[in-house]
Amino acid sequence: MTAELDHIDRKIIVETQAGLPLVARPYEAIAERLGLTGGDVMARLRRMVEAGIVRRIGVVPNHYALGLSANGMSVWDVDDARARDLGRALGALDFVSHCYLRPRRPPVWPYNLFAMVHGASREEVEEKRAVIAGLLGTAVRAHDILYSTRILKKTGLRIAA
Amino acid sequence: MLDATDKAIINGLQGGFPIAERPYAAAAEQFGLGEQELMDRLARLKEQEVISRFGPMYNADRMGGAFCLCAMAVPEEHFEEVVDKINAHREVAHNYARTHTLNVWFVLASDRPGRIDEIVNEIEEETGLRVHAFPKLEEFFIGLKVDVK
Repeated sequence: MTAELDHIDRKIIVETQAGLPLVARPYEAIAERLGLTGGDVMARLRRMVEAGIVRRIGVVPNHYALGLSANGMSVWDVDDARARDLGRALGALDFVSHCYLRPRRPPVWPYNLFAMVHGASREEVEEKRAVIAGLLGTAVRAHDILYSTRILKKTGLRIAA
Repeated sequence: MLDATDKAIINGLQGGFPIAERPYAAAAEQFGLGEQELMDRLARLKEQEVISRFGPMYNADRMGGAFCLCAMAVPEEHFEEVVDKINAHREVAHNYARTHTLNVWFVLASDRPGRIDEIVNEIEEETGLRVHAFPKLEEFFIGLKVDVK
């Protein structure tokens, strides 16, 4: 699903994608830079929230700095016929932050279900991985977990002006 | 060190920041803070890299573009050089080193359809290495579940 963005929406996105200004009237500050009014910027942002173009407005926590450093990408090769039901079940777990069905890339990559598991330690992540394995049961043919060892980049979406 | 108010901000402000004339003043109330105090704390949390960003999170899917997870097997001896080439692309939204033969995992985000395939090809040409693309077939949940104790 997509929504139409005009050139003013795009300017607002470019102006805010790195963050909101930390000033008392941030939307007005953005408006001034773009030759708009604060009301225009707020109305357009509201519309983008409604259309799902803005997923949310808030803080993006840095899991590493918060000590939730054992971010493990658990990956599973499950029967295609059951993958969607199982994916929904994993997505509902409170320790799974993202869950996706993706294509396999044999022979290097046999897994089709990806569930990102967060914990304070690898031990905790392994416990949670065991919970997932139990939930998936006999549908699992192979699985693995990839731990992140370093953030190489984290800027988020950037569009061109 | 984070105090209880910092943690409340991180847990409580992962979404729902107001679109209002003075949004910091409105948001500050729930934390028992004043407007300036909330702005100062957010500035400090960003400075300390406890939060990586504060503001609107845009959804490339809904802009007619896409996100795509990609992975590469990068030899250790060329690791930094290859990662620099990958990260030089604006569309690389984030990139993690991971424990696997496929040791570099990054997300491409673009608002332009077709651009993802182009960047995949560019990175393959620039690095001489294979890029495995893992476009999502279905997304089951994206939560706001980070909870700092």
